[in-house]
Amino acid sequence: MKITLNIWRQANAAAKGAMQKYELDDVSEDMSFLEMLDLLNENLNEQGEDPVAFDSDCREGICGMCSLMINGQAHGPEVTTTCQLHMRSFKDGETITIEPWRAEPFPVLKDLVVDRSAFDRIIQSGGYISANTGSAPEANNLPVEKAKADRAFDVATCIGCGACVAACPNGSASLFLGAKITHLGSLPQGQPERDTRVVDMVAQHDHEGFGGCTNIGECTAACPKEIPLDVISQLNKDLRTAMKHGY
Amino acid sequence: MTETQTPATTSDAAGFFTLGDPVADTKAPAEASVPTRWEERKSHAKLVNPANRRKIKVIIVGTGLAGAAAGATLGEAGYQVESFCYQDSPRRAHSIAAQGGINAAKNYRNDGDSVYRLFYDTVKGGDFRSRESNSYRLAEVSANIIDQCVAQGVPFAREYGGLLDNRSFGGVQVSRTFYARGQTGQQLLIGAYQALERQVAAGTVTTHTRHEMLELITTEDADGQTHAKGIIVRDMVTGEIETHLGDAVVLATGGYGNVYFLSTNAMGSNVTAAWRAHRKGAYMGNPCYTQIHPTCIPVSGENQSKLTLMSESLRNDGRIWVPKKKEDCAKDPRDIPEEDRDYYLERIYPAFGNLVPRDIASRQAKYMCDDGRGVGPEVDGVRRGVYLDFADAIKRLGRDAVETKYGNLFDMYAQITAENPYEVPMRVYPAVHYVMGGLWVDYDLESNVKGLFVAGEANFSDQGANRLGASALMQGLADGYFVLPYTIANYLADSHERIDESHPAVVEAKKSVEERINHFLTVNGTRSVDSYHKELGHLMWEYCGMERTKEGLSLAIEKIRELKADFWKNVKVLGTAESLNQSLERAGRVADFFELGELMCIDALNRRESCGGHFRAESQTADGEAERIDEEFAYVAAWEWAGEDGHMPVLHKESLSYEAIEMKARSYK
Repeated sequence: MKITLNIWRQANAAAKGAMQKYELDDVSEDMSFLEMLDLLNENLNEQGEDPVAFDSDCREGICGMCSLMINGQAHGPEVTTTCQLHMRSFKDGETITIEPWRAEPFPVLKDLVVDRSAFDRIIQSGGYISANTGSAPEANNLPVEKAKADRAFDVATCIGCGACVAACPNGSASLFLGAKITHLGSLPQGQPERDTRVVDMVAQHDHEGFGGCTNIGECTAACPKEIPLDVISQLNKDLRTAMKHGY
Repeated sequence: MTETQTPATTSDAAGFFTLGDPVADTKAPAEASVPTRWEERKSHAKLVNPANRRKIKVIIVGTGLAGAAAGATLGEAGYQVESFCYQDSPRRAHSIAAQGGINAAKNYRNDGDSVYRLFYDTVKGGDFRSRESNSYRLAEVSANIIDQCVAQGVPFAREYGGLLDNRSFGGVQVSRTFYARGQTGQQLLIGAYQALERQVAAGTVTTHTRHEMLELITTEDADGQTHAKGIIVRDMVTGEIETHLGDAVVLATGGYGNVYFLSTNAMGSNVTAAWRAHRKGAYMGNPCYTQIHPTCIPVSGENQSKLTLMSESLRNDGRIWVPKKKEDCAKDPRDIPEEDRDYYLERIYPAFGNLVPRDIASRQAKYMCDDGRGVGPEVDGVRRGVYLDFADAIKRLGRDAVETKYGNLFDMYAQITAENPYEVPMRVYPAVHYVMGGLWVDYDLESNVKGLFVAGEANFSDQGANRLGASALMQGLADGYFVLPYTIANYLADSHERIDESHPAVVEAKKSVEERINHFLTVNGTRSVDSYHKELGHLMWEYCGMERTKEGLSLAIEKIRELKADFWKNVKVLGTAESLNQSLERAGRVADFFELGELMCIDALNRRESCGGHFRAESQTADGEAERIDEEFAYVAAWEWAGEDGHMPVLHKESLSYEAIEMKARSYK
């Protein structure tokens, strides 16, 4: 198939960027979206033009490194990561617009590559259970209700890609935050730090410049792992409870 | 290090290497019996006073299970940890992609499992080419890993009673694999990542993301012994070349499967950190031992950038078959009647059936396709695929139960192939997945370069010539949480010379990194980095893949050398050194893959036996099974770098002997 690409080019964090147009003639529909970009880069290299920088690593939908706003949608038209998107989701002759994640706390480093270290700092502020190596009790000493374990797993599948932020009109990371709060809060091991965790993580989230949640739901629609919107209700509930406890 | 060097004449690889002195592990307490060795070692290893730990700096490269677990644990102990990864966050390391599970000798099923049995399975699975002491310790600490991960909040699968669930995996007859649906690696890594980030908040760990290690800094002490003193890294955003000095260096940089270009590794997985250490004196152990995973999604076309694995756990319920008749290969599989299907693994290996170890399952798939009975689209005139069929499982367990167990894997398959595996059997084919080879380490996970520790897939030690399923996660976490923290203290307890950035070793290391980068940017050739990488990968897959021969390997060495020479003269890398430059990053990695690929072929050529994942066509039994030759090859091949072109690598042999297990032919029939 033949496609036209409209891609955001920006030399570095300080530079002013602009959209640039490219044509590709020999795209196969079995190619993944990123393989299509690999092909474009091979062509650009051939022509002596700087290849387009974009992030990807595992290319099997689990590491969370790939991103991209494709035709205005985070990770493109399917419910999956960009690396698992295939060209069969596009039409011959189509024009595809590719931009980096758009959110202030995710500054562009080059072309389509953004800095998502704000997510690491949110985890540092409390997204863990304090259990020093060697101090753990026998694993089966504490049974966990299957329904709770399943719930914890379902929301723990968040890959930290940032699509929720990119999709949100407020630039909020509430889905990311809610997923971690719900994961750890569903488990008995997560109870001792439950109150401090939510208070500290919300504070860090706001400090990073992410916006507030107004229940629009774009985040969950864009989430490649289908993290449900109700983790944000859980987040708010846990925050309320913590406040009542005097935190 | 090489006092005596004799030309090797009897080996198939004669003319490609010289033979050096034997090497041996001197750290496992030989006086203790195998089951008591670790206790003995721990009890007598030197300790570092808590007040002194904060004055000691440990550099850890890589943030997968081994690196993140070691970083968190050493941070908790109070050391200053500097953690490096090339990704934008430690959470993205490729351990995250492991699907199936993690083994532990908990015996929760009451099915006769024990530490001894996990140890036995590991050594047998590794085809008697692993170091016995190391494999035993791995089995011994396995149970602690599960406890640790549960305490961190890893959401393992559970039964209705709230206790942990298990599944069984290839190559064993007990159920000892703990799992979190098809995302076990992700959940374990996030556990370790969170523990690491907790230490960042506590001030003990500093993370350096988007930083790539490009050189190891070493010095020699008064006795002529080489010590690791730090690393040179490139900030991949600004291009700045930085020096980081420390009291010990840990490499937890994963495997080098990307030497094959197409593999299930992440795009960025590379050998550079390990290879730079090798060039600075660290021995490379058994580089030819690679694992070809039997159940990956087949290659669909020329522009493919990577392969995707479908968890081996699928072999628990899926049945593998090909048509009996070649003319059926293009048919809809659902139209092929039962009597015309060849469930070849069940037929050849009735005791283990579809659960034979990975190397056997892979090789049999290759034979079926070579025989013209492969399925799926033709690529280069051959159908390279076999069916993995869930129709029986769906009939027996119901679609819902199958979906609960394997749902995300089925979705992934459907996403990539546009076929529905609930309706049509999956197609799978082997792909490079893991390497058992890696930097040589002793029982303390310390390289022959002192103060350089190597953990996880990056070292060679525990898995022998073949790794059993669900054992990579086990090893990464065992090394990081429970082995390194003890053994590294033993090194750090002694005082070692500290150097600063003006030391000639630092100046030299930095200069060589800068010159190399400058070279790539000024060659101004005509071919892209990827085009070289693809061609190298093709050579490796063809000649150093599932089946190897003397002729093929000799030819590969010649071709790799030619291609490498052309690469240095004719590669085209655009852009500048002072910016984010992904072609430049790849050029450095591919340059190291060339040298590694050549050594892998030499190692494979020398090892004229079939063992584990290494199958030499010249060494097979009358019925086509692998033939191991213990009299000649019961050793670890530890290779020493001798210099650039024209200098032959030096082979140091570490002989393997077994006390707790009788060495015997591996049979799964």
